[in-house]
Amino acid sequence: MSARLRWRKFVSGFMLTMTGVCALVAVSVLCFILGYLVFHGGTSIGWNFFTKLPAPVGETGGGMANAILGSAKLLFLASLFGVPIGFFGAIYLAEFSGSTVAFIVRYAADLLNGVPSIVIGIFAYSMVVLPFKHFSTLAGGFALGLMMIPITLRSTEEFLRSVPNALREGAMALGASKWKTIATVIVPTAYRGILTAVLLAFARVAGETAPLLFTAFGNRFWSHRWNEPTASLPVMIFTYAISPYDDWHRQAWAAGLVLLGLILAINIVARAILSRGSAVPRS
Amino acid sequence: MATTSKTVPGASPIPGARSFLSRLREGDEIARMITFLFAASVVLVTLLLVFELWRGSALPRHKFGFAFFRTSVWDPIFDQFGALPFIYGTLVTSITALLIAVPLGIGAAIFLAELAPARLSDTLEFFIDLLAAVPSVIYGLLGVFIVIPLMRLYIQPALKSTLGFLPLFQGPAYGVGFLTAGIVLAIMVIPYIISVSREVLLSVPRDQREAALSLGSTHWESTWKVVVPFARTGIMGSIFLALARALGETMAVTMVIGNTPIISASLFSPGYSIAAVIANEFTEATGDLYLQSLIELGLVLFLLTFILNGLARLLILVTSKRGSETALA
Repeated sequence: MSARLRWRKFVSGFMLTMTGVCALVAVSVLCFILGYLVFHGGTSIGWNFFTKLPAPVGETGGGMANAILGSAKLLFLASLFGVPIGFFGAIYLAEFSGSTVAFIVRYAADLLNGVPSIVIGIFAYSMVVLPFKHFSTLAGGFALGLMMIPITLRSTEEFLRSVPNALREGAMALGASKWKTIATVIVPTAYRGILTAVLLAFARVAGETAPLLFTAFGNRFWSHRWNEPTASLPVMIFTYAISPYDDWHRQAWAAGLVLLGLILAINIVARAILSRGSAVPRS
Repeated sequence: MATTSKTVPGASPIPGARSFLSRLREGDEIARMITFLFAASVVLVTLLLVFELWRGSALPRHKFGFAFFRTSVWDPIFDQFGALPFIYGTLVTSITALLIAVPLGIGAAIFLAELAPARLSDTLEFFIDLLAAVPSVIYGLLGVFIVIPLMRLYIQPALKSTLGFLPLFQGPAYGVGFLTAGIVLAIMVIPYIISVSREVLLSVPRDQREAALSLGSTHWESTWKVVVPFARTGIMGSIFLALARALGETMAVTMVIGNTPIISASLFSPGYSIAAVIANEFTEATGDLYLQSLIELGLVLFLLTFILNGLARLLILVTSKRGSETALA
């Protein structure tokens, strides 16, 4: 073996090893994040965390019950607003529209998807907070819902399009009208994919903080009405993490663990739904 | 893809064979109109967003003009607003992040696409997708409690003693600052780079690899000189996508950058970014000019990410198209 060939083989082996090292580093970051969060959050989480209101500033103890409920309300509103628009919009794109309209809608959705979350916050502020003159759960839900639209729309459309045409033709040959075909054949066929899309969109906005800073704002007490400011888990993590109190840091870790656990669980469930058989039957 | 909607047969084989009224009775026209409303609202909301940003930033646009981007005084009391330190901070942190994330991400993507057995590659990809789903405030949390102390105690002193002659690595080690923000951002965008680059690399036709190997190149040479150049534009796309994410990232940066409007050559210096200043000052902005200056910053951020995302999509599209065309030929 010539020296040159040996050198080339060495370079090949070395560089390929390096790529392996890169992959290892990237994946070990996840393990590290999970491990550190579980360690720190696990030791500071307790029953109080889920049942108590935040303690007054300066006192230790207390929990984040209001933030957990606040996040749930925000996500409920967001889904109520974002999922129908994404879902029905996708049906229009996949089943009814001509290519020009589809292009415009798709382009708008991609644009919306790329908007930085803090800018979404500004938009929700000027659309909902300013007219009502109030930070509110409503405004936060609007901001998060806005972020759910493009994710739901684009992936739902993909899954609707992957339904084989033979199914559409079959239903119509039996005399079903178009909307009946969609409601009874196409959507049920693609429901796994659609469910996955909705779950992933949900998980994505569940951790969003920036759009909530000046829409849902924050609240150290229960938020009784939809037009009152509300606490939410991500914003609580942010405020507690940058605060000077050790006890708040501890609670930020606990909240981080709860939030990450929820998001990763939704992600894993969504992927499991999709992979438990393909999204659409092969025809 | 866009043409498939035309190949979906309508209920009637002959267009216009059924009257509008009968379609209405069967509900097709109603369904069409309702779903159209939803689809149209997506476009409407997007247009409204751009319009609101434009309208909301009228005051500073008229008062400062382009000086807004050139001056660096940010003084709410005297109503002087210059965005230069924020633009500088956003660019510096994003570029630092890319300098770290691109080599690591592409290396990992090459490993996943070229070397790893399919099973391992898919498993790792699953983990990396999860990594992409971790919310940014969690990265911020880890940044505050892990990266900042690490930087202050070990990394910054080490950099100073080895590379301290460069202006980049001078000044006191605060822990917070451009470099810390860049590192946290890098950790955040690596999953995007890996995910997209891996897809693009996998779409390179097999014969390209086989041809290179049959000409006697080593595995690495076939990868680096044939496969990667083939996928070059798509990889560039993934980098732009990561850059757009990094520019718009708010929470993680706000928590570790130090929040001081300084323009400094040193990466150790605390700084400020566009997204961070909006997050910190928006609720406290008194006076219309102050608030609208922040909205103009939002507009700048929007335009930056809009352009980058557009470029990214174009590049990824071009590559995957070229891949499929060559595969067919």
